[in-house]
Amino acid sequence: MADLRPPIECGAPDPMPYMHPVMKKNYGKWVFHSHPKPGVLYHRAESGDAIWTVKAGTQRQMDTYTIRELSDIADKFGDGYVRFTARSNIEYMVSDEAKVEPLIKALTDAGYPVGGTANSVSMIAHTQGWLHCDIPGTDASGVVKALMDELYEEFIKCEMPNRVKLSTSCCEINCGGQADIAIIVQHTKPPKINHDLVANVCERPAVVARCPVAAIRPALVNGKPSLEVDEKKCICCGACFPPCPPMQINDPEHSKIAIWVGGKNSNARSKPTFHKLVAAGLPNNAPRWPETAEVVKKILRVYKEDGRPWERMIDWIDRIGWPRFFEKTGLPFTKYHIDDWRGSRATLNASNHIRF
Amino acid sequence: MAKKMYDTPMLDQLESGPWPSFVTGLKRLAKDNDMMVDLMGQLEASYKTKKGYWKGGTVGVFGYGGGVIPRFTELKDENEKPVYPDAAEFHTLRIQPPAGMHYDTKTLRWMCDVWEKHGSGLIAFHGQSGDIMFQGIKTENVQPAFDEFNENGFDLGGAGPALRTSMSCVGAARCEMSCYDEARALRTVINNNLDDMHRPALPYKFKFKFSGCGNDCVNAIQRSDMATLGTWRDNMQVNAELVQAWVAKNGKGELVNQVINMCPTKALSLKKQGNESKADGVVAVAVDGEDCMEIDNHNCVRCMHCLNVIPGGMLPGKDKGVTILVGGKGVLKIGATMGTVVIPFMKLESDEDFEKLNDLARNILDFFAENALEHERTGEMIDRIGLVNFLDGIGLEIDANMVAMPRNNPYVRMDAWEEEVAKAEERKSA
Repeated sequence: MADLRPPIECGAPDPMPYMHPVMKKNYGKWVFHSHPKPGVLYHRAESGDAIWTVKAGTQRQMDTYTIRELSDIADKFGDGYVRFTARSNIEYMVSDEAKVEPLIKALTDAGYPVGGTANSVSMIAHTQGWLHCDIPGTDASGVVKALMDELYEEFIKCEMPNRVKLSTSCCEINCGGQADIAIIVQHTKPPKINHDLVANVCERPAVVARCPVAAIRPALVNGKPSLEVDEKKCICCGACFPPCPPMQINDPEHSKIAIWVGGKNSNARSKPTFHKLVAAGLPNNAPRWPETAEVVKKILRVYKEDGRPWERMIDWIDRIGWPRFFEKTGLPFTKYHIDDWRGSRATLNASNHIRF
Repeated sequence: MAKKMYDTPMLDQLESGPWPSFVTGLKRLAKDNDMMVDLMGQLEASYKTKKGYWKGGTVGVFGYGGGVIPRFTELKDENEKPVYPDAAEFHTLRIQPPAGMHYDTKTLRWMCDVWEKHGSGLIAFHGQSGDIMFQGIKTENVQPAFDEFNENGFDLGGAGPALRTSMSCVGAARCEMSCYDEARALRTVINNNLDDMHRPALPYKFKFKFSGCGNDCVNAIQRSDMATLGTWRDNMQVNAELVQAWVAKNGKGELVNQVINMCPTKALSLKKQGNESKADGVVAVAVDGEDCMEIDNHNCVRCMHCLNVIPGGMLPGKDKGVTILVGGKGVLKIGATMGTVVIPFMKLESDEDFEKLNDLARNILDFFAENALEHERTGEMIDRIGLVNFLDGIGLEIDANMVAMPRNNPYVRMDAWEEEVAKAEERKSA
């Protein structure tokens, strides 16, 4: 063990050595920004220094060829500095306006869409899926690639009422997070239990404790210690699956896709909101998930047409009301849209506020 | 040259279309990388059967208990042998990025070189917690890969029941809305508490996130156990010239529609010049030759909307600081929760201020470690014990800014009402 060295616990690196010199020089001293065109931002500092940012979409799961190509573009057409956004877009910062157009051309020619700023549909926040997750109900990068192909024009143009943030999640844990439109796996059948494996693989009390509706209890099955699920109580959330893989929740047919809208992380205008269920039962149809894309595009079409400037998805729906949202999008309103989880009374309409 | 690639008719369909294709990237790597050939084989199988085939395990580096996501294939043949043996181990190294995710190309190229040498060549910028995810490495290569990153200034991130890698927005580096040094706050809080990241021993995960203003570009309120958001407490700054330029371009009607009417607390109004209010905190800015827009700063909630619409025309005030919210988390187990206010305002400028932020973070982490149940997030713990008990535990005073409304049910014992009134009076006079 002599050659094992203790780690250097250096933590999060100081960004200064990696930061564009103009940004470093004017750190904390910015006073103005504008949005000259889709994918381009202009920022001006107190000192009069300016910086242009060109934003491009990436596949997030990148091979080294892609990263080197993006670096080549930064060295040849930019100033050699980039950053990534929370949604895996790459941003090139340049201090000379003359570099903006050649940079856009280089990125576009290499197949990286320039856009994603302001009132566009930005890249989809997503997770790992079949590529690397241990509990996925579907893929992540593939769903995102298929959807962004469909939403490409909305990424490179800024034609929405306000910014639109999307997310996808491969199970109900929702690692993709709250979004204007969130695409999330929804299981519809209780887990199938492999009773031969439970005793060896799972810490049974921990699994029992995970269940949000207390539907799991210890049981002896075929003489072996195992678990059983009260299927009438089970809400098919899949919470038992990560701590106990023999509680197989993923099902090629019955793990469906649901769509949620109106989540917002920003405090602008209204307080941050959680997204709400609008559609479900969509098939997990790899490799391109066309049924899911159709619903997302339908919602975006109506929002684009009906939303007023600066209204995020939830601001728009708050103005027109949920009944009209369902009417305009043509999505069916079902009993499953009426919440019955804790605190659900606060989601009911306790008024005569009804639009006709 | 690697071994022959498998047919991947499903994945191939993700190569067409205008968006950059990760499948094309995987194929480029597979040309001279057996691990990627087999990774594609397994991924294609997932696309066909709609099932995932990875399981976790225990893989790490010397001295740390977390930061590596182990993945072993579960796709085995009848003899229990992996169907895709070269991708039978496909672990991920989570590496913390520079705060704000800034890179020069030299660093990016160096990361590519290291990952080609030890791993698959597949890198995600970034995971949802903010890590650079170096994906695809065999167990035996994990230590040398980590050594190379670590000896050059990079460290593993968090995984499991631990302090997690953090995120801060671009903030002070390039944004006029920034109300504090986000990168410094992140590095203060994270780098002083690394023991809890590298040696997972908390009840469950704990996340800090840092946003420079209420726009909350890193989704701190929703996605972190302790969110630090920039704000200010004096009047917002106004640049009349830029406001007038906006009105000249868009018209006064749009100022009403897009700015004044969308203010959530009706803190903005349009008035004839000469009729401005003289009340404290009210500032009027001429929008053209006849009218002005009045800003009632005491009623402004720093939501950022008008600053977003008229960039530079309206700016954060000069007396900047932060609001701290606690308890944001995802769905499991009680349903998603937003963080809620525990400190309405604190300064974050001097060394002492940053020390105070770090003390608060440590204090909350300690309380969480001692009081949360196994697999319970901070938001769930607060839901269980009540906010007042949580505040008591970490030694914070109550404040009316912590609630959206007071209690609306009488189910509470109030024996100590007089005592509590006395405390309220004391707080008021402090």
